[in-house]
Amino acid sequence: INHIVHNGGLYKRPFNEAFEETPMLVAVLTYVGYGVLTLFGYLRDFMRQWKIEKCQNATEREEQKDFVPLYQDFENFYNRNLYMRIRDSWNRPICSVPGAKVDMMERVSHDYNWTFTYTGRVIKGIINMGSYNYLGFAQKAGTCQEAASKVLSQYGAGVCSTRQEMGNLDKHEELEKLVARFLGVESAMAYGMGFATNSMNIPALVGKGCLILSDELNHASLVLGARLSGATIRIFKHNNMQSLEKLLKDAIVHGQPRTRRPWKKILILVEGIYSMEGSIVRLPEVIALKKKYKSYLYLDEAHSIGALGPSGRGVVEYFGLSPEDVDVMMGTFTKSFGAAGGYIGGKKELIDYLRTYSHSAVYATSMSPPVVEQIITSVKCIMGEDGTTVGEARVQQLAENTRYFRRRLKEMGFIIYGNEDSPVVPLMLYMPAKIGAFGREMLKRNIGVVVVGFPATPIIESRARFCLSAAHTKEMLDTALKEIDEVGDLLQLKYSRHRLVPLLDRPFDETTYEETED
Amino acid sequence: YFQAPAYHLILEGILILWIIRLLFSKTYKLQERSDLTLKEKEELIEEWQPEPLVPPVPKDHPALNYNIVSGPPTHIITVNGKECINFASFNFLGLLDNEKVKSAAQASLKKYGVGTCGPRGFYGTFDVHLELEERLAKFMRTEEAIIYSYGFATIASAIPAYSKRGDIVFVDEAACFAIQKGLQASRSNIKLFKHNDMADLERLLKEQETEDQKNPRKARVTRRFMVVEGLYMNTGDICPLPELIKLKYKYKVRIFLEESLSFGVLGEHGRGITEHFGINIDDIDLISANMENSLASIGGFCCGRSFIIDHQRLSGQGYCFSASLPPLLAAAAIEALNIMEDNPDIFQTLRAKCERIHKALQGISGLKVVGESFSPALHLQLEESCGSRENDVKLLKRVVDYCMNSGIALTQARYLEKEEKCLPPPSIRVVITVEQTEQELDKAASLLKEAAQSVLN
Repeated sequence: INHIVHNGGLYKRPFNEAFEETPMLVAVLTYVGYGVLTLFGYLRDFMRQWKIEKCQNATEREEQKDFVPLYQDFENFYNRNLYMRIRDSWNRPICSVPGAKVDMMERVSHDYNWTFTYTGRVIKGIINMGSYNYLGFAQKAGTCQEAASKVLSQYGAGVCSTRQEMGNLDKHEELEKLVARFLGVESAMAYGMGFATNSMNIPALVGKGCLILSDELNHASLVLGARLSGATIRIFKHNNMQSLEKLLKDAIVHGQPRTRRPWKKILILVEGIYSMEGSIVRLPEVIALKKKYKSYLYLDEAHSIGALGPSGRGVVEYFGLSPEDVDVMMGTFTKSFGAAGGYIGGKKELIDYLRTYSHSAVYATSMSPPVVEQIITSVKCIMGEDGTTVGEARVQQLAENTRYFRRRLKEMGFIIYGNEDSPVVPLMLYMPAKIGAFGREMLKRNIGVVVVGFPATPIIESRARFCLSAAHTKEMLDTALKEIDEVGDLLQLKYSRHRLVPLLDRPFDETTYEETED
Repeated sequence: YFQAPAYHLILEGILILWIIRLLFSKTYKLQERSDLTLKEKEELIEEWQPEPLVPPVPKDHPALNYNIVSGPPTHIITVNGKECINFASFNFLGLLDNEKVKSAAQASLKKYGVGTCGPRGFYGTFDVHLELEERLAKFMRTEEAIIYSYGFATIASAIPAYSKRGDIVFVDEAACFAIQKGLQASRSNIKLFKHNDMADLERLLKEQETEDQKNPRKARVTRRFMVVEGLYMNTGDICPLPELIKLKYKYKVRIFLEESLSFGVLGEHGRGITEHFGINIDDIDLISANMENSLASIGGFCCGRSFIIDHQRLSGQGYCFSASLPPLLAAAAIEALNIMEDNPDIFQTLRAKCERIHKALQGISGLKVVGESFSPALHLQLEESCGSRENDVKLLKRVVDYCMNSGIALTQARYLEKEEKCLPPPSIRVVITVEQTEQELDKAASLLKEAAQSVLN
């Protein structure tokens, strides 16, 4: 098969994804930085042990001092000595709706982040580039909120029973039919928590004697679900179709390890958009492989539902494929719908099976009614069934915002990972000191960003992650870009050495660019 | 000149010849896995047929067709079109319908919208969450509390945060499914002891002690835990906490207490089983509960000393990798706590009602009551099984249908039959709430007697 033709035939639009390599000097300096921090960490631990420095950690009870210690000292080394120094970049408390602008409670620390005190002041109007609010449904007024309010006064906040017992409300049935229609599948089922949707349904689908092929960078919920199922797990390189094909071939030809029996079934676990990389799964190729090797596909659209595709139906629509090709379409309502919970959509047999055997249907409380109403109203809005074009406009706005933001950042010279069309934009920081500095400097300029380091990312690839929203206006994006430019110059973050001209038809394995004259 | 013994030269000569031979011999291949040709591999790929993704479910499977509740699942509930009195929802304190709770949630909805759009670490921490954690810690009189957005995920994330591969956990046989999943995720050694049997537990602990003496180095780093529930969901009885505390200090095992049913039910002020027995709360390492029963909200919390709870903020999977609790539900929980603190007499009322119905349900022919007299969640099991579990379930379904047709909503306790470690026998769940009047309790008891008469005889 000529890869270029095959590739061109599968993809109906250009697939531009780029992961620029870490510059050598930056990598070396990052390791040096971590080395220095580790040395200081050992020094401080030593001083704390010999009581030269006051130990501010919480300690075990006197009566239980002779019990086996609950935490290993080394486990917490990273926590005590590295995380603690920049802890103020995370868990920032807010006190308003998490829309495009947010109000944050000011907190200060007088003892280098061991404890925080709230000054009582509220920082208003911070541009929010951290919340997963892709279509801007996090609102405190409007049709969604009013509908949720009505349902709240009618039904109350809780449910107090499981789906199979007395917790199946008519609202849940309505929601599931609507979600099935939205996705274009036969039937769907909704759950109260997105994390639990993965960790409680994958064990119901596969068990011992089955094989799970999971992407390297899958979310913790998928990894936990795969582990709890008891199936054999094999990992393929991130978004690398050759690696996946090799694993599939080997699995079918050689069977289960040691006994050589054939596998009962093979399940491929991928995500629509990977939230740490900003990359989009190569869905046409995955589906072609899945059909060739007769395996099943589980697609986790936590970030991509509502955010991709001309009408917001997710990564399947983005590639112009049919939802029938994906065996299990899973997603969450937390990100694009401004609510909470998860869903699974697929054929009727699948959903009937899950209604009977899913752990969540039997043991976990069903979804809260006002949350369900919020999802129903927002889905109707996206589909255009509420009689307005608000939903369509938002999907367009998000796509425009994404392109504009990514283009501007690339022009400024930052290293940005991921696909051109993904609303998740990781900006590389690399050095540990810059993680804390970036977060604090941006907050000083009234912009709230999310910074991530080890262990969510590889140790030298720490990054700042921007989540764009349809609620961001062009003025907000321009303000943010101006500040990012300033901070980028201040902290010397403009590492990119190429002005990228991505190839339209990207070959399978290497990421190549053409260098252009500056 | 070079003088060496003859044997030395001969030995060296042999070695050199051996090296030359090795250099020129064929390389030694390990059992080559690709003994198959390309064509054979393609044939294998062609021939392989996987099982269908899911096996078909028969249309009359008892768990497939859910009861549809139209309207709020409160005291008077409309199930499948019929109006009934609700004896099936865990709304112990009747707070699901409370106007103050709803208006607090409304105020929060107007201020924050519905969702939080992020996990706690990334702009998902609202002041309502912090307030709820403070209030829960103050109510339970512990240092700190942490909230989760899903009740099931609370204990299922708490256990693997502390207990890892190689650690030992002693758990009661009747532990609920969430605990079982938490234990499975932790990959520790699980030792089950018979339900509420302290002698069995002590035997296991002694065995472990003798093991430790054989290998003291390993014993010094192996953590030990005991997981028990305050009020067991599967059997309706309580754990003997004072004896467990004694065993804790004798064998140096930490206690994790799961109080989903006993929070807001037991104790003078509703603080759970520690208040019921008058035990110092610091003796329990971790208390975990969900807010979906007494507090009529969604989610769960863990409380205990900061030393223990703070660890979950970075290692609790359901906390770090999941969106936080919607603020309206947190506000509803805070208001529910307020009501619990202002009216401490509802606990006594609830317990009185439980005693009443427990007495009234005794002596039904064919059904036996399983559970403590003050437990608000009872089970009614068949006195004699009719052979197979399937038939038992069908029989109980007829009893439940009879009651539903006459205006009392009941449900069977549902389990995943293949996944539970110790599957409880099929039963009908009877839930007592503070809103049920004495007439309604008597009506339910007499209706159950009638149903048992007509169906089981």
